Amino acid sequence: MNMSTVTIDLAEVKKSFGDKVIVNKLSFSVARGECFGLLGPNGAGKSTIARMLLGMISPEAGKITVLNEPVPSRSRVARARIGVVPQFDNLELEFTVRENLFVFGRYFGMSARKIEAVAPSLLEFARLESKADVRVSELSGGMKRRLTLARALINDPHLLVMDEPTTGLDPHARHLIWERLRVLLARGKTILLTTHFMEEAERLCDRLCVLESGCKIAEGKPEALIHEHIGCDVIEIYGGDPYQLRELIRPYARHIEVSGETLFCYAPHPEQVRLQLRGRSDLRVLQRPPNLEDVFLRLTGRELEK
Amino acid sequence: MGEAYGAVMPANAYNWIAVWRRNFLAWRKVALPSLLGNLAEPITNLFGLGFGLGLIMGQIEGTSYIAFLAAGMVAISAMTSATFETLYAAFARMDAKRTWEAVLFTQLTLGDIVLGELVWAASKSVLAGTAIGIVAAMLGYASWTSIVCAIPTVALTGLVFASLAMVVIALAPTYDYFVFYQSLILTPMVFLCGAVFPISQLPSSVQHFAGLLPLAHSVDLIRPAMLERGADSPALHICALCIYAVLPFFVSTALFRRRLLR
Repeated sequence: MNMSTVTIDLAEVKKSFGDKVIVNKLSFSVARGECFGLLGPNGAGKSTIARMLLGMISPEAGKITVLNEPVPSRSRVARARIGVVPQFDNLELEFTVRENLFVFGRYFGMSARKIEAVAPSLLEFARLESKADVRVSELSGGMKRRLTLARALINDPHLLVMDEPTTGLDPHARHLIWERLRVLLARGKTILLTTHFMEEAERLCDRLCVLESGCKIAEGKPEALIHEHIGCDVIEIYGGDPYQLRELIRPYARHIEVSGETLFCYAPHPEQVRLQLRGRSDLRVLQRPPNLEDVFLRLTGRELEK
Repeated sequence: MGEAYGAVMPANAYNWIAVWRRNFLAWRKVALPSLLGNLAEPITNLFGLGFGLGLIMGQIEGTSYIAFLAAGMVAISAMTSATFETLYAAFARMDAKRTWEAVLFTQLTLGDIVLGELVWAASKSVLAGTAIGIVAAMLGYASWTSIVCAIPTVALTGLVFASLAMVVIALAPTYDYFVFYQSLILTPMVFLCGAVFPISQLPSSVQHFAGLLPLAHSVDLIRPAMLERGADSPALHICALCIYAVLPFFVSTALFRRRLLR
Protein backbone atom coordinates (compact mmCIF):
# COMPACT_ATOMS: atom_id res chain seq x y z
CA MET A 1 0.00 0.00 0.00
CA ASN A 2 1.28 3.45 -0.89
CA MET A 3 2.09 5.38 2.32
CA SER A 4 0.25 8.53 1.23
CA THR A 5 -3.02 6.61 0.95
CA VAL A 6 -2.61 4.75 4.25
CA THR A 7 -4.85 6.27 6.94
CA ILE A 8 -4.16 3.79 9.73
CA ASP A 9 -1.18 1.51 10.10
CA LEU A 10 -0.64 -0.88 12.99
CA ALA A 11 2.57 -2.93 13.11
CA GLU A 12 3.03 -5.74 15.63
CA VAL A 13 1.02 -3.90 18.28
CA LYS A 14 0.81 -5.50 21.67
CA LYS A 15 -1.01 -4.53 24.87
CA SER A 16 -1.71 -6.36 28.09
CA PHE A 17 -3.30 -5.36 31.37
CA GLY A 18 -1.62 -7.31 34.14
CA ASP A 19 -1.18 -10.88 32.94
CA LYS A 20 -3.99 -10.63 30.42
CA VAL A 21 -2.93 -10.05 26.83
CA ILE A 22 -5.59 -7.82 25.25
CA VAL A 23 -3.99 -7.21 21.85
CA ASN A 24 -1.41 -9.65 20.58
CA LYS A 25 1.03 -8.62 17.83
CA LEU A 26 -1.68 -7.13 15.71
CA SER A 27 -0.91 -5.61 12.31
CA PHE A 28 -3.26 -4.12 9.74
CA SER A 29 -3.53 -1.13 7.43
CA VAL A 30 -6.54 0.92 6.41
CA ALA A 31 -6.48 2.82 3.12
CA ARG A 32 -8.00 6.23 2.60
CA GLY A 33 -11.72 6.07 1.82
CA GLU A 34 -12.06 2.53 3.08
CA CYS A 35 -14.48 1.18 5.67
CA PHE A 36 -12.48 -1.25 7.76
CA GLY A 37 -14.14 -3.43 10.36
CA LEU A 38 -12.83 -5.04 13.51
CA LEU A 39 -15.18 -7.95 14.07
CA GLY A 40 -15.11 -10.05 17.17
CA PRO A 41 -16.97 -10.98 20.33
CA ASN A 42 -16.93 -8.88 23.50
CA GLY A 43 -13.49 -9.04 25.05
CA ALA A 44 -11.70 -9.59 21.72
CA GLY A 45 -9.78 -6.31 22.14
CA LYS A 46 -11.79 -4.17 19.70
CA SER A 47 -12.36 -1.19 22.00
CA THR A 48 -8.76 -1.30 23.22
CA ILE A 49 -7.59 -1.04 19.60
CA ALA A 50 -9.98 1.85 18.91
CA ARG A 51 -8.70 3.70 21.99
CA MET A 52 -5.10 3.01 21.02
CA LEU A 53 -5.69 4.69 17.65
CA LEU A 54 -6.76 7.83 19.55
CA GLY A 55 -3.74 7.77 21.86
CA MET A 56 -5.93 7.02 24.86
CA ILE A 57 -4.18 3.71 25.52
CA SER A 58 -0.45 3.33 24.84
CA PRO A 59 0.76 0.09 23.23
CA GLU A 60 3.57 -1.68 25.08
CA ALA A 61 5.15 -2.83 21.82
CA GLY A 62 4.69 -2.12 18.14
CA LYS A 63 4.07 0.97 16.10
CA ILE A 64 0.86 2.89 15.34
CA THR A 65 0.54 5.56 12.67
CA VAL A 66 -2.73 7.43 12.12
CA LEU A 67 -3.10 10.08 9.39
CA ASN A 68 0.71 10.05 9.04
CA GLU A 69 1.22 10.93 12.72
CA PRO A 70 2.93 8.61 15.21
CA VAL A 71 0.53 7.64 17.98
CA PRO A 72 0.42 8.20 20.92
CA SER A 73 3.25 10.79 20.83
CA ARG A 74 1.47 13.02 18.28
CA SER A 75 -2.05 11.68 18.68
CA ARG A 76 -3.26 15.18 19.55
CA VAL A 77 -2.35 16.33 16.04
CA ALA A 78 -4.02 13.27 14.50
CA ARG A 79 -7.16 13.73 16.60
CA ALA A 80 -7.72 17.18 15.09
CA ARG A 81 -8.69 15.27 11.91
CA ILE A 82 -10.53 12.34 13.54
CA GLY A 83 -14.17 12.03 14.54
CA VAL A 84 -15.04 9.58 17.31
CA VAL A 85 -18.25 7.70 18.05
CA PRO A 86 -17.65 5.86 21.33
CA GLN A 87 -19.35 2.70 22.50
CA PHE A 88 -21.11 4.56 25.32
CA ASP A 89 -22.56 8.01 24.70
CA ASN A 90 -20.74 10.82 26.48
CA LEU A 91 -22.96 13.70 25.38
CA GLU A 92 -23.70 16.65 27.64
CA LEU A 93 -27.12 15.59 28.93
CA GLU A 94 -28.12 18.93 30.43
CA PHE A 95 -27.22 20.84 27.26
CA THR A 96 -29.40 21.16 24.19
CA VAL A 97 -28.53 19.43 20.92
CA ARG A 98 -27.20 22.69 19.48
CA GLU A 99 -25.18 23.48 22.62
CA ASN A 100 -23.54 20.07 22.39
CA LEU A 101 -22.29 20.88 18.90
CA PHE A 102 -21.08 24.32 20.03
CA VAL A 103 -19.19 23.07 23.05
CA PHE A 104 -17.58 20.31 21.03
CA GLY A 105 -16.67 22.59 18.13
CA ARG A 106 -14.87 24.90 20.56
CA TYR A 107 -12.67 22.01 21.69
CA PHE A 108 -11.39 21.95 18.10
CA GLY A 109 -10.66 25.68 18.29
CA MET A 110 -13.57 26.58 15.99
CA SER A 111 -15.06 30.07 16.19
CA ALA A 112 -18.75 30.56 16.98
CA ARG A 113 -19.29 31.78 13.41
CA LYS A 114 -17.69 28.68 11.94
CA ILE A 115 -19.74 26.36 14.17
CA GLU A 116 -22.90 28.27 13.28
CA ALA A 117 -22.06 27.76 9.61
CA VAL A 118 -21.74 23.96 9.85
CA ALA A 119 -24.31 23.16 12.57
CA PRO A 120 -27.44 23.25 10.36
CA SER A 121 -26.03 20.77 7.85
CA LEU A 122 -24.91 18.46 10.67
CA LEU A 123 -28.35 18.60 12.29
CA GLU A 124 -29.89 17.83 8.94
CA PHE A 125 -27.46 14.98 8.38
CA ALA A 126 -28.38 13.52 11.77
CA ARG A 127 -32.11 14.17 11.11
CA LEU A 128 -32.26 16.27 14.26
CA GLU A 129 -33.30 19.62 12.74
CA SER A 130 -36.49 19.74 14.79
CA LYS A 131 -34.62 18.83 17.99
CA ALA A 132 -31.97 21.56 17.89
CA ASP A 133 -33.16 23.24 21.09
CA VAL A 134 -34.20 20.12 22.97
CA ARG A 135 -32.15 18.94 25.94
CA VAL A 136 -30.19 15.77 25.18
CA SER A 137 -31.62 14.00 28.24
CA GLU A 138 -35.01 14.08 26.45
CA LEU A 139 -33.78 12.35 23.28
CA SER A 140 -34.28 8.67 22.43
CA GLY A 141 -31.32 6.30 22.25
CA GLY A 142 -31.25 6.43 18.45
CA MET A 143 -31.34 10.24 18.44
CA LYS A 144 -28.49 10.38 20.94
CA ARG A 145 -26.42 8.12 18.71
CA ARG A 146 -27.14 10.32 15.70
CA LEU A 147 -26.16 13.40 17.70
CA THR A 148 -22.93 11.65 18.68
CA LEU A 149 -22.34 11.01 14.98
CA ALA A 150 -23.09 14.66 14.10
CA ARG A 151 -20.78 15.78 16.89
CA ALA A 152 -18.02 13.55 15.52
CA LEU A 153 -18.33 15.32 12.16
CA ILE A 154 -18.03 18.89 13.47
CA ASN A 155 -14.32 19.15 12.65
CA ASP A 156 -14.88 17.71 9.13
CA PRO A 157 -12.69 14.69 9.98
CA HIS A 158 -10.80 12.56 7.46
CA LEU A 159 -11.20 9.50 9.63
CA LEU A 160 -14.08 8.27 11.77
CA VAL A 161 -13.37 5.84 14.59
CA MET A 162 -16.60 4.16 15.62
CA ASP A 163 -16.73 1.74 18.52
CA GLU A 164 -19.88 -0.41 18.22
CA PRO A 165 -21.93 2.45 16.78
CA THR A 166 -25.24 0.58 16.75
CA THR A 167 -25.02 -1.58 19.86
CA GLY A 168 -28.16 -1.20 21.95
CA LEU A 169 -30.25 0.36 19.17
CA ASP A 170 -33.50 -1.05 17.81
CA PRO A 171 -33.43 -2.32 14.19
CA HIS A 172 -35.01 0.83 12.77
CA ALA A 173 -32.50 3.16 14.47
CA ARG A 174 -29.68 0.82 13.43
CA HIS A 175 -30.67 0.90 9.76
CA LEU A 176 -30.82 4.68 9.88
CA ILE A 177 -27.25 4.84 11.23
CA TRP A 178 -26.05 2.39 8.55
CA GLU A 179 -27.64 4.50 5.86
CA ARG A 180 -25.94 7.64 7.24
CA LEU A 181 -22.58 5.87 7.34
CA ARG A 182 -22.91 4.87 3.69
CA VAL A 183 -23.47 8.55 2.85
CA LEU A 184 -20.23 9.39 4.67
CA LEU A 185 -18.34 6.68 2.79
CA ALA A 186 -19.68 8.04 -0.47
CA ARG A 187 -18.23 11.41 0.56
CA GLY A 188 -14.81 9.79 0.82
CA LYS A 189 -14.46 9.51 4.61
CA THR A 190 -12.38 6.67 6.01
CA ILE A 191 -14.15 4.66 8.69
CA LEU A 192 -12.78 2.25 11.26
CA LEU A 193 -15.66 0.37 12.80
CA THR A 194 -15.71 -2.15 15.61
CA THR A 195 -18.72 -4.42 15.80
CA HIS A 196 -19.96 -7.76 16.90
CA PHE A 197 -22.82 -7.67 14.40
CA MET A 198 -21.84 -9.68 11.38
CA GLU A 199 -24.66 -8.05 9.45
CA GLU A 200 -23.23 -4.62 10.16
CA ALA A 201 -19.77 -5.73 9.09
CA GLU A 202 -21.08 -7.38 5.93
CA ARG A 203 -23.17 -4.38 4.89
CA LEU A 204 -20.66 -1.64 5.56
CA CYS A 205 -17.11 -2.92 5.53
CA ASP A 206 -14.90 -3.05 2.46
CA ARG A 207 -12.45 -5.15 4.42
CA LEU A 208 -12.40 -6.52 7.89
CA CYS A 209 -10.27 -8.21 10.44
CA VAL A 210 -11.74 -10.99 12.56
CA LEU A 211 -10.41 -10.92 16.12
CA GLU A 212 -10.44 -13.39 18.91
CA SER A 213 -8.70 -12.79 22.27
CA GLY A 214 -6.63 -9.98 20.78
CA CYS A 215 -5.36 -12.08 17.86
CA LYS A 216 -6.17 -11.63 14.20
CA ILE A 217 -7.67 -14.86 12.94
CA ALA A 218 -8.67 -13.68 9.46
CA GLU A 219 -8.51 -10.56 7.32
CA GLY A 220 -10.02 -9.70 3.96
CA LYS A 221 -13.12 -8.63 2.08
CA PRO A 222 -16.29 -10.03 3.67
CA GLU A 223 -17.39 -11.95 0.56
CA ALA A 224 -13.88 -13.33 0.02
CA LEU A 225 -13.70 -14.54 3.63
CA ILE A 226 -17.09 -16.20 3.28
CA HIS A 227 -16.11 -17.83 0.03
CA GLU A 228 -12.72 -18.95 1.30
CA HIS A 229 -13.84 -20.39 4.64
CA ILE A 230 -17.35 -21.63 3.81
CA GLY A 231 -18.04 -21.49 0.06
CA CYS A 232 -21.34 -23.37 0.13
CA ASP A 233 -24.88 -23.13 1.52
CA VAL A 234 -25.51 -23.58 5.22
CA ILE A 235 -28.25 -25.68 6.77
CA GLU A 236 -29.20 -24.79 10.33
CA ILE A 237 -30.99 -27.54 12.22
CA TYR A 238 -32.67 -26.96 15.60
CA GLY A 239 -34.38 -29.52 17.79
CA GLY A 240 -33.45 -33.12 18.39
CA ASP A 241 -30.06 -34.23 19.66
CA PRO A 242 -27.45 -32.33 17.63
CA TYR A 243 -24.76 -34.96 18.22
CA GLN A 244 -26.99 -37.77 16.97
CA LEU A 245 -27.95 -35.69 13.94
CA ARG A 246 -24.29 -35.01 13.25
CA GLU A 247 -23.64 -38.74 12.82
CA LEU A 248 -26.65 -39.04 10.54
CA ILE A 249 -25.67 -36.33 8.09
CA ARG A 250 -21.88 -36.47 8.39
CA PRO A 251 -21.36 -38.33 5.07
CA TYR A 252 -23.16 -35.58 3.14
CA ALA A 253 -21.59 -32.51 4.74
CA ARG A 254 -18.26 -30.84 4.11
CA HIS A 255 -18.16 -29.69 7.69
CA ILE A 256 -20.47 -29.61 10.73
CA GLU A 257 -20.40 -27.33 13.77
CA VAL A 258 -22.56 -27.68 16.86
CA SER A 259 -23.22 -24.53 18.84
CA GLY A 260 -25.63 -24.78 21.73
CA GLU A 261 -28.68 -26.64 20.47
CA THR A 262 -28.12 -25.65 16.85
CA LEU A 263 -26.30 -27.69 14.29
CA PHE A 264 -24.63 -25.87 11.40
CA CYS A 265 -24.07 -28.04 8.36
CA TYR A 266 -21.94 -26.75 5.49
CA ALA A 267 -23.01 -28.74 2.47
CA PRO A 268 -22.10 -28.35 -1.22
CA HIS A 269 -25.14 -30.53 -2.00
CA PRO A 270 -27.75 -29.46 0.55
CA GLU A 271 -30.53 -31.50 -1.07
CA GLN A 272 -28.79 -34.73 0.03
CA VAL A 273 -28.73 -33.53 3.64
CA ARG A 274 -32.38 -32.55 3.48
CA LEU A 275 -33.21 -36.00 2.15
CA GLN A 276 -31.80 -37.53 5.33
CA LEU A 277 -33.99 -35.33 7.46
CA ARG A 278 -37.24 -35.93 5.56
CA GLY A 279 -40.13 -36.85 7.80
CA ARG A 280 -38.47 -35.53 10.99
CA SER A 281 -41.28 -33.20 12.10
CA ASP A 282 -39.43 -32.52 15.40
CA LEU A 283 -36.74 -30.59 13.54
CA ARG A 284 -36.68 -27.06 12.18
CA VAL A 285 -34.48 -26.87 9.13
CA LEU A 286 -33.29 -23.62 7.58
CA GLN A 287 -31.19 -23.43 4.45
CA ARG A 288 -29.46 -20.12 3.73
CA PRO A 289 -26.40 -18.60 2.04
CA PRO A 290 -23.29 -18.46 4.24
CA ASN A 291 -22.37 -15.30 6.17
CA LEU A 292 -19.63 -13.92 8.41
CA GLU A 293 -21.21 -15.55 11.43
CA ASP A 294 -20.39 -18.90 9.84
CA VAL A 295 -16.83 -17.76 9.19
CA PHE A 296 -16.42 -16.87 12.83
CA LEU A 297 -17.94 -20.15 13.96
CA ARG A 298 -15.75 -22.09 11.55
CA LEU A 299 -12.58 -20.32 12.71
CA THR A 300 -13.20 -20.33 16.44
CA GLY A 301 -15.69 -23.10 17.03
CA ARG A 302 -18.09 -20.70 18.69
CA GLU A 303 -20.72 -18.13 17.81
CA LEU A 304 -20.45 -14.39 18.06
CA GLU A 305 -22.90 -13.19 20.66
CA LYS A 306 -25.84 -11.36 19.17
CA MET B 1 8.29 7.70 29.23
CA GLY B 2 9.13 11.41 29.32
CA GLU B 3 7.65 11.72 25.86
CA ALA B 4 4.43 10.06 27.03
CA TYR B 5 4.06 12.59 29.88
CA GLY B 6 4.99 15.44 27.56
CA ALA B 7 2.16 14.48 25.21
CA VAL B 8 -0.48 14.97 27.93
CA MET B 9 0.67 18.42 29.10
CA PRO B 10 -1.20 21.53 27.88
CA ALA B 11 -0.69 21.86 24.14
CA ASN B 12 -0.78 25.65 24.11
CA ALA B 13 -1.70 28.66 26.23
CA TYR B 14 -5.37 28.88 25.22
CA ASN B 15 -6.86 25.39 24.68
CA TRP B 16 -8.09 25.36 28.30
CA ILE B 17 -10.52 28.20 27.55
CA ALA B 18 -12.88 25.79 25.74
CA VAL B 19 -13.09 23.68 28.92
CA TRP B 20 -13.72 26.77 31.05
CA ARG B 21 -16.48 27.90 28.69
CA ARG B 22 -18.13 24.47 28.81
CA ASN B 23 -18.28 24.70 32.61
CA PHE B 24 -19.49 28.28 32.47
CA LEU B 25 -22.35 27.28 30.13
CA ALA B 26 -23.36 24.46 32.50
CA TRP B 27 -23.15 26.81 35.51
CA ARG B 28 -25.21 29.52 33.80
CA LYS B 29 -28.16 27.14 33.71
CA VAL B 30 -28.12 26.78 37.51
CA ALA B 31 -26.44 30.06 38.47
CA LEU B 32 -28.94 31.38 40.98
CA PRO B 33 -29.40 28.28 43.19
CA SER B 34 -25.67 27.61 42.91
CA LEU B 35 -24.79 31.11 44.12
CA LEU B 36 -27.26 31.01 47.01
CA GLY B 37 -26.07 27.55 48.05
CA ASN B 38 -22.44 28.59 48.01
CA LEU B 39 -23.00 31.78 49.95
CA ALA B 40 -25.40 30.61 52.65
CA GLU B 41 -22.82 28.84 54.77
CA PRO B 42 -20.00 31.43 54.90
CA ILE B 43 -22.46 34.25 55.49
CA THR B 44 -24.16 32.31 58.29
CA ASN B 45 -20.74 31.72 59.83
CA LEU B 46 -19.83 35.36 59.48
CA PHE B 47 -22.94 36.54 61.28
CA GLY B 48 -23.10 33.74 63.80
CA LEU B 49 -19.46 33.79 64.85
CA GLY B 50 -18.92 37.47 64.13
CA PHE B 51 -21.75 38.82 66.23
CA GLY B 52 -21.77 36.05 68.82
CA LEU B 53 -18.05 35.74 69.53
CA GLY B 54 -17.46 39.37 68.62
CA LEU B 55 -19.28 40.44 71.78
CA ILE B 56 -16.98 38.33 73.96
CA MET B 57 -13.76 39.03 72.13
CA GLY B 58 -14.01 42.73 71.49
CA GLN B 59 -11.02 44.11 69.56
CA ILE B 60 -8.54 41.80 67.92
CA GLU B 61 -5.32 42.95 66.24
CA GLY B 62 -6.63 46.48 66.37
CA THR B 63 -9.96 45.85 64.68
CA SER B 64 -13.40 44.45 65.55
CA TYR B 65 -13.61 40.66 65.59
CA ILE B 66 -16.21 40.59 62.84
CA ALA B 67 -13.93 42.61 60.51
CA PHE B 68 -11.05 40.26 61.43
CA LEU B 69 -13.28 37.26 60.74
CA ALA B 70 -14.69 38.67 57.48
CA ALA B 71 -11.21 38.61 55.93
CA GLY B 72 -10.71 35.04 57.15
CA MET B 73 -14.10 34.05 55.74
CA VAL B 74 -13.15 35.37 52.32
CA ALA B 75 -10.06 33.13 52.37
CA ILE B 76 -12.01 30.12 53.69
CA SER B 77 -14.78 30.50 51.12
CA ALA B 78 -12.16 30.76 48.33
CA MET B 79 -10.65 27.55 49.64
CA THR B 80 -13.91 25.63 50.04
CA SER B 81 -15.57 26.67 46.81
CA ALA B 82 -12.55 25.68 44.69
CA THR B 83 -12.15 22.47 46.68
CA PHE B 84 -15.78 21.42 46.39
CA GLU B 85 -16.03 22.34 42.72
CA THR B 86 -13.04 20.11 42.04
CA LEU B 87 -13.84 17.25 44.41
CA TYR B 88 -17.45 16.81 43.39
CA ALA B 89 -18.17 18.53 40.06
CA ALA B 90 -14.83 17.92 38.34
CA PHE B 91 -14.70 14.35 39.68
CA ALA B 92 -18.15 13.71 38.17
CA ARG B 93 -17.02 15.14 34.83
CA MET B 94 -13.90 12.98 34.92
CA ASP B 95 -15.69 9.82 36.06
CA ALA B 96 -19.44 9.19 35.81
CA LYS B 97 -20.41 11.88 33.27
CA ARG B 98 -17.54 10.99 30.88
CA THR B 99 -17.15 14.67 29.98
CA TRP B 100 -13.36 14.43 30.03
CA GLU B 101 -13.48 11.34 27.83
CA ALA B 102 -15.39 13.30 25.17
CA VAL B 103 -12.86 16.14 25.39
CA LEU B 104 -10.02 13.67 24.93
CA PHE B 105 -11.55 12.73 21.55
CA THR B 106 -10.64 16.22 20.35
CA GLN B 107 -7.33 17.99 19.93
CA LEU B 108 -7.21 18.87 23.64
CA THR B 109 -4.82 17.11 25.99
CA LEU B 110 -5.35 16.00 29.56
CA GLY B 111 -3.25 18.99 30.69
CA ASP B 112 -5.57 21.36 28.80
CA ILE B 113 -8.56 19.83 30.62
CA VAL B 114 -6.96 20.01 34.07
CA LEU B 115 -5.90 23.62 33.47
CA GLY B 116 -9.42 24.56 32.31
CA GLU B 117 -10.91 22.91 35.41
CA LEU B 118 -8.45 24.72 37.71
CA VAL B 119 -9.19 28.14 36.25
CA TRP B 120 -12.90 27.37 36.39
CA ALA B 121 -12.71 26.36 40.08
CA ALA B 122 -10.69 29.53 40.78
CA SER B 123 -13.39 31.55 39.02
CA LYS B 124 -15.95 30.12 41.40
CA SER B 125 -13.67 31.08 44.30
CA VAL B 126 -13.55 34.65 43.04
CA LEU B 127 -17.33 34.66 42.87
CA ALA B 128 -17.75 33.32 46.41
CA GLY B 129 -14.94 35.44 47.92
CA THR B 130 -16.18 38.60 46.26
CA ALA B 131 -19.74 38.01 47.40
CA ILE B 132 -18.66 37.73 51.03
CA GLY B 133 -16.46 40.78 50.57
CA ILE B 134 -19.48 42.67 49.29
CA VAL B 135 -21.53 41.65 52.32
CA ALA B 136 -18.68 42.78 54.60
CA ALA B 137 -18.36 46.08 52.73
CA MET B 138 -22.11 46.71 52.91
CA LEU B 139 -21.98 46.21 56.68
CA GLY B 140 -19.02 48.59 56.88
CA TYR B 141 -16.40 46.01 57.92
CA ALA B 142 -14.28 46.52 54.80
CA SER B 143 -13.94 49.24 52.19
CA TRP B 144 -15.07 48.72 48.59
CA THR B 145 -11.59 49.30 47.18
CA SER B 146 -10.07 46.81 49.62
CA ILE B 147 -12.36 44.10 48.18
CA VAL B 148 -10.97 44.79 44.70
CA CYS B 149 -7.42 44.59 46.11
CA ALA B 150 -8.16 41.18 47.65
CA ILE B 151 -9.51 39.62 44.43
CA PRO B 152 -6.13 38.56 42.89
CA THR B 153 -5.23 36.70 46.09
CA VAL B 154 -8.68 35.11 46.21
CA ALA B 155 -8.15 33.88 42.64
CA LEU B 156 -4.72 32.52 43.49
CA THR B 157 -6.14 30.81 46.59
CA GLY B 158 -8.78 29.21 44.38
CA LEU B 159 -6.09 27.92 42.00
CA VAL B 160 -4.09 26.49 44.91
CA PHE B 161 -6.96 24.56 46.44
CA ALA B 162 -8.34 23.40 43.10
CA SER B 163 -4.87 22.15 42.23
CA LEU B 164 -4.53 20.29 45.56
CA ALA B 165 -8.02 18.80 45.19
CA MET B 166 -7.08 17.64 41.66
CA VAL B 167 -4.43 15.40 43.22
CA VAL B 168 -7.09 14.01 45.56
CA ILE B 169 -9.54 13.17 42.76
CA ALA B 170 -6.73 11.72 40.63
CA LEU B 171 -6.06 9.25 43.45
CA ALA B 172 -9.49 8.67 45.00
CA PRO B 173 -11.30 5.58 43.68
CA THR B 174 -14.74 6.96 44.70
CA TYR B 175 -16.42 9.95 46.33
CA ASP B 176 -16.20 8.23 49.72
CA TYR B 177 -12.52 9.08 50.06
CA PHE B 178 -13.02 12.84 49.85
CA VAL B 179 -14.20 13.02 53.44
CA PHE B 180 -10.68 12.16 54.62
CA TYR B 181 -9.25 15.13 52.76
CA GLN B 182 -11.99 17.40 54.06
CA SER B 183 -11.83 16.40 57.71
CA LEU B 184 -8.11 15.66 58.04
CA ILE B 185 -6.64 18.43 55.88
CA LEU B 186 -9.10 21.24 55.22
CA THR B 187 -10.89 21.58 58.55
CA PRO B 188 -7.64 21.66 60.61
CA MET B 189 -6.30 24.25 58.19
CA VAL B 190 -9.25 26.54 58.96
CA PHE B 191 -8.19 26.60 62.62
CA LEU B 192 -4.41 26.54 62.12
CA CYS B 193 -4.04 29.29 59.55
CA GLY B 194 -5.29 32.36 61.33
CA ALA B 195 -8.60 32.53 59.52
CA VAL B 196 -10.86 32.59 62.62
CA PHE B 197 -8.37 33.55 65.36
CA PRO B 198 -4.81 34.91 65.23
CA ILE B 199 -2.08 32.36 64.60
CA SER B 200 -0.23 33.82 67.63
CA GLN B 201 -2.72 32.00 69.90
CA LEU B 202 -1.16 28.67 68.89
CA PRO B 203 1.85 27.05 70.61
CA SER B 204 5.01 28.35 68.92
CA SER B 205 5.99 24.96 67.43
CA VAL B 206 2.57 24.69 65.81
CA GLN B 207 2.84 28.28 64.59
CA HIS B 208 5.93 27.41 62.52
CA PHE B 209 4.21 24.48 60.91
CA ALA B 210 0.97 26.40 60.37
CA GLY B 211 2.87 29.19 58.65
CA LEU B 212 3.80 26.75 55.89
CA LEU B 213 0.20 25.84 55.05
CA PRO B 214 -1.31 27.40 51.93
CA LEU B 215 -4.33 28.92 53.70
CA ALA B 216 -2.00 30.79 56.08
CA HIS B 217 -0.33 32.49 53.11
CA SER B 218 -3.74 33.41 51.70
CA VAL B 219 -4.93 34.84 55.02
CA ASP B 220 -1.67 36.81 55.40
CA LEU B 221 -2.36 38.46 52.05
CA ILE B 222 -6.17 38.84 52.14
CA ARG B 223 -6.54 40.22 55.67
CA PRO B 224 -4.09 43.14 55.28
CA ALA B 225 -5.69 43.93 51.91
CA MET B 226 -9.20 44.03 53.42
CA LEU B 227 -8.15 45.96 56.51
CA GLU B 228 -6.09 48.29 54.29
CA ARG B 229 -2.80 47.57 55.99
CA GLY B 230 0.54 46.67 54.44
CA ALA B 231 1.18 42.92 54.25
CA ASP B 232 4.39 41.41 55.69
CA SER B 233 6.67 40.02 52.95
CA PRO B 234 3.92 39.69 50.28
CA ALA B 235 6.38 38.32 47.69
CA LEU B 236 7.11 35.34 49.92
CA HIS B 237 3.41 34.54 50.33
CA ILE B 238 2.74 34.93 46.62
CA CYS B 239 5.67 32.65 45.73
CA ALA B 240 4.52 30.04 48.25
CA LEU B 241 0.98 30.09 46.82
CA CYS B 242 2.33 29.81 43.26
CA ILE B 243 4.30 26.72 44.24
CA TYR B 244 1.19 25.23 45.88
CA ALA B 245 -0.74 25.90 42.65
CA VAL B 246 1.82 24.72 40.08
CA LEU B 247 3.34 21.59 41.61
CA PRO B 248 0.05 19.73 42.23
CA PHE B 249 -0.99 20.64 38.69
CA PHE B 250 1.86 18.59 37.23
CA VAL B 251 1.45 15.82 39.79
CA SER B 252 -2.30 15.50 39.16
CA THR B 253 -1.91 15.59 35.36
CA ALA B 254 0.67 12.80 35.56
CA LEU B 255 -1.63 10.83 37.90
CA PHE B 256 -4.60 11.32 35.55
CA ARG B 257 -2.49 10.00 32.69
CA ARG B 258 -1.94 6.82 34.65
CA ARG B 259 -5.60 6.63 35.64
CA LEU B 260 -7.30 7.53 32.35
CA LEU B 261 -4.78 6.83 29.56
CA ARG B 262 -3.30 3.49 30.53
